[in-house]
Amino acid sequence: MNGFLSVFKRELKGYFFTPIAYVFLVIFLNFAGIMTFKDGFFEAGQASLYIFFINMPLLFIFLAPAIAMRLWAEERKSDSIELLFTLPLTSVQAVLGKFFAAWTVVLLALILTFPMVITVYQLGNPDLGPIISGYLGSFLLAGAFLAIGSFFSSITKNQVIAFVLSIVGCGTLLFIASPSVMFRLANYFPKSLVYIAEWFSLQSRFESLLRGVIEVRDIAFFLILIAGWLWANIMVIKERKAA
Amino acid sequence: MIEVKELRKRFGSIVAVDDVSFSVGKGDVLGFLGPNGAGKSTTMKMLSCFLSPDSGTAKVAGFDIIKESIAVRKELGYLAENAPAYEEMTAESFLGFICDVRKIKARDTIERVANKCSIENVLHQQIGTLSKGYRRRVGLAQALIHDPSVLILDEPTDGLDPNQKYEVRNLITELSAEKCIVISTHILEEVDAICNRIVLIDKGQVLEDSTPDEMRKTHGGNLTEIFRKLTTGQSKNAVGGAA
Repeated sequence: MNGFLSVFKRELKGYFFTPIAYVFLVIFLNFAGIMTFKDGFFEAGQASLYIFFINMPLLFIFLAPAIAMRLWAEERKSDSIELLFTLPLTSVQAVLGKFFAAWTVVLLALILTFPMVITVYQLGNPDLGPIISGYLGSFLLAGAFLAIGSFFSSITKNQVIAFVLSIVGCGTLLFIASPSVMFRLANYFPKSLVYIAEWFSLQSRFESLLRGVIEVRDIAFFLILIAGWLWANIMVIKERKAA
Repeated sequence: MIEVKELRKRFGSIVAVDDVSFSVGKGDVLGFLGPNGAGKSTTMKMLSCFLSPDSGTAKVAGFDIIKESIAVRKELGYLAENAPAYEEMTAESFLGFICDVRKIKARDTIERVANKCSIENVLHQQIGTLSKGYRRRVGLAQALIHDPSVLILDEPTDGLDPNQKYEVRNLITELSAEKCIVISTHILEEVDAICNRIVLIDKGQVLEDSTPDEMRKTHGGNLTEIFRKLTTGQSKNAVGGAA
């Protein structure tokens, strides 16, 4: 536990020692606002944050890999991984410490979108349920993307490669159930496989949360996905500390 | 306090460390010598639990490097080859992080160790902006911070100016009575100045395990000549095999 906390604190501070956290927060908050208003927040005439949340996957697909890409690639590049793992801490503590630090930055970003909530409450009388579940869904979705990003960061010492592979990884899981992809998949693969693909789709899980229904299986899906990618991350680090 | 038994490590087709055995006791300062690529750093990385050996094992401070790696890392102070550190951190916060992981009180400890390694003046500077000599001494401070019983230092004086070298050598001599120290170096006068033991390896094998005086007696000439004689132009079986 101690090792986890030390790594977590150092990593979180690291985001704020460097401009990364500030750049991330500013860009995220800007685009979250711009996209919401551009997509007809007022025109919809509803006191709801649905339009705000529905853009989250598109934002996080670029921004989550951008925060996660440094997690391990930088350690490898600067050899500080050798320092880290000659200290008395385990791979599990280090991987979790780093992941939760990145997730905390995202949490902070989501908290800072509170003016949106104030806005809808000023304009009307929104349902609290979909707002809570929307935030929960966004947080979990970002967590899944960060876990994917952390994994790809651990297999290379090059941050650009980590970034690009993470986007591809996140994109695959996000868009796999979109109509055009499903249509093509159905042409080449048996039906059962297409169902499996749909089951894995992050987009449909996310949208089901946006509707305001917090279902255990959706939350479990995200948590298992995060755990799976982090487990792979731990394995990579255990097997191949030295690049 | 260090007992190395038949350590082997290969990277692909290259055998980096081939059946290395030696032991170091309390009060010893062992100079670990050999040409570049001889396997010095690889051996040190295995002793510090960063790399795991393919076969063989070692005990450091009474703990097995494979089975009790966390206990070894608690007891050990290790300075890696290029003194890796987190460049965006200040020296002080970096040492604070090390204290945090090692569960020791930061304030007095950092002051004491900074004083010992003469880095008081740069504590508030970012490590990335430090000169090579200061950087290495921050690394040394990191290795000494928990007053370890075993020290493994990979080229501790590389990049230091003559005054700094002198200081670091004095520091090592001062520490040596209570500890077991292994240093690797290419500077042979340094070995004469501070080491009471020598292990010379080449191509992953131990060529010589004795003391500076004994080596001069058996081979004649100064250490540089002996080094040249043993590591170039001689048939391996002349002195080969583990000691």
